[in-house]
Amino acid sequence: MPDSHLANDTPDGGRLVANIMHFARTLRAAGLPVGPGKVLDAVQAVRTVGIAGRADFYWTLHAVFVNRRDQRHVFDQAFHVFSRNPALLKRMMSLILPTSRPEQVLEKDELSPRVAEALLGDRPQAAAGEGAGEGEEIALDAALTWSDREILHDMDFDKMSADEMRHAKAAIAKMTLPIMDVPTRRFRPQPAGGRIDMRASLRAALRAGGDFAPLKRRHPRRRHPPLVVLCDISGSMDRYSRLLLHFLHAVTNDRDRVFTFLFGTRLTNITRHLRHRDVDVALDRVADAVSDWSGGTRIGHCLHQFHRDWSRRVLAQGAVVLFISDGLDREEDSGLDREIERLHKSCRRLIWLNPMLRFEGYEPRAMGNRAIMPYVDDFRPIHNLNSLAALVDVLSGPAANAAAMAEWRKAAAGKRERMPLQ
Amino acid sequence: MVNALPASVDDTHALLAAGDYVADRSLATALYLSLSLDRPLFLEGEAGVGKTEIAKVLAATLGRDLVRLQCYEGLDVASAVYEWNYARQMIEIRLAEADSETNRESLAQDIFSEQFLIRRPLLRALTPHDGGARVLLIDEVDRTDEPFEAYLLEVLSDFQVSIPEIGTIAADTPPIVVITSNRTREIHDALKRRCFYYWIDYPDAARELEILTTKAPGAPENLSREIVGFVQALRAEDLFKLPGVAESIDWAHALMQLDRVDLDPDTINDTLGTLLKYQDDIARIQGSEASRILEEVKAGIRSDAATR
Repeated sequence: MPDSHLANDTPDGGRLVANIMHFARTLRAAGLPVGPGKVLDAVQAVRTVGIAGRADFYWTLHAVFVNRRDQRHVFDQAFHVFSRNPALLKRMMSLILPTSRPEQVLEKDELSPRVAEALLGDRPQAAAGEGAGEGEEIALDAALTWSDREILHDMDFDKMSADEMRHAKAAIAKMTLPIMDVPTRRFRPQPAGGRIDMRASLRAALRAGGDFAPLKRRHPRRRHPPLVVLCDISGSMDRYSRLLLHFLHAVTNDRDRVFTFLFGTRLTNITRHLRHRDVDVALDRVADAVSDWSGGTRIGHCLHQFHRDWSRRVLAQGAVVLFISDGLDREEDSGLDREIERLHKSCRRLIWLNPMLRFEGYEPRAMGNRAIMPYVDDFRPIHNLNSLAALVDVLSGPAANAAAMAEWRKAAAGKRERMPLQ
Repeated sequence: MVNALPASVDDTHALLAAGDYVADRSLATALYLSLSLDRPLFLEGEAGVGKTEIAKVLAATLGRDLVRLQCYEGLDVASAVYEWNYARQMIEIRLAEADSETNRESLAQDIFSEQFLIRRPLLRALTPHDGGARVLLIDEVDRTDEPFEAYLLEVLSDFQVSIPEIGTIAADTPPIVVITSNRTREIHDALKRRCFYYWIDYPDAARELEILTTKAPGAPENLSREIVGFVQALRAEDLFKLPGVAESIDWAHALMQLDRVDLDPDTINDTLGTLLKYQDDIARIQGSEASRILEEVKAGIRSDAATR
């Protein structure tokens, strides 16, 4: 099939190619990764199948343009607008193009927000730009005096003034989180490695003429496991959630394979929103995506949702889970213990970060706390910069302090009188 | 016997039907595109909807060899593409010594030649042979890791493999490639971009009944209807793992083995393990919930029969 002269094969070919191109541009504007290569593919594919039936045409374009399951919806709507009324599409196109911007009212309620947004221009984005003003002053000098930093590190997040908050955010932005590396099944050459690399040895032997074979060795490569963060944003965590989000943003952008979820009364995956480099834009997007800020807590229900919809996708490769919550579950008999047990069994390590731990004499006696405690591998405070920094040690170290964990479990079971010092 | 590739979407549909695979026309379209434009077909869907089966049916109906590469974490070039036969190479070196062969260059060339090459699935699929292009099934690509995915890019876009010691081995006719994924991990767009994508959904009731009649022909029609109704109702429930088509076929076979002609609550409770694979799901459905669904299904079938 000749790739050149695509437009000239049939009398109607020019229209077809132009139409497919317009359609592709709509899809691109709606956020699908559609490049010129895809347009050529689509033209070739349509040529191959023919345009006898509308359904065939649909599925042909679908096979070319759609790459993921969640793109199907956008594709479907764009296609129907496109095929029902090319003129409407044309008007929409003229709205996207920067040259002319006639004021036309479109029935956008039947469109998915993404298609509508793509067709109507990015007005919401402009609004988001204004909201980002808050972050402008962050251009602070990191040269805090020693005592400043010291005070800041011990200060509870909820006692910080706006100014101190800013400093804390800057400090958080610099944090990295080294998770302990685990061996993979891939190997790399290493002189003192545990296994013999036959291929390298033979090549070395030939280099020496085959008279003797120096043994080359190899060793498993090491890599950090995926990190899954489940963060509570219910009312009782309110004072912490803003700073924690900054922390989550720093962690998510620091490495690959980090998945971040927020939960209150329901679960939201915010991984993609946090991927944006600019922390304020990222947090604005998160704010838009999450609808249950500072509400109640249904930990059991949210974990159930997590298991059903996400665990198979994000826990499959031996992930480490950070569970950030005060463990105060509002729901009676929500099956929290069952769900947390399942979480514990399906990840490499479950680390519970609890801001309540800052109170001296904290007792994990609340119902939710008791349910969670038996199944966590590590139990840590998270209320000031020091505790965040200490996390680094926890995650890079091999195992939790077994004795302390045993104490906590006993406390949760209500069998112990005295608290250990943190 | 090698059959020619189908010439249209209808042919492709008929081809799948000839291999006892009941497919939607949309799937036939994607498959036809991938066959005629020499691009891999990338299939995603829940477990048990018949992703792997497509490659098998293709190989059988087109009369081609099926080369299967099962992916797993840490899959490397040595087990996916090729490996040198070290033992034979060593013996060769010894023999060369005995013949007092001293030319290193020629020895190196002897040793790294094709006769010492062990071909693994990917290389085998690319090697020319008489039986026409092979069907290459790359199964559950989401189980492997990103480095191997990146390696697949070269293989799947140019249908060639580079072996440093020999050079590049390219296929004269590209193999028919089917890639499946269960979505336990998102596959990189660069790989998907080279493929035609298709999401296989659970079939609707009519289609599933058709599949059951094809795959479990001995089952009484009434039983098949009940099975389909029950399974379809289960898919509307809030379960951890919904039963796939493979499960309903298994269940039909199990019920036939037990000589049932009709579903009843006790039989369902006893055989629920064929449909549901998680204890939580079974505990949830077993007993009263199963009876309730069964009642609804039976009522639905009765009213269907009345209107027909």
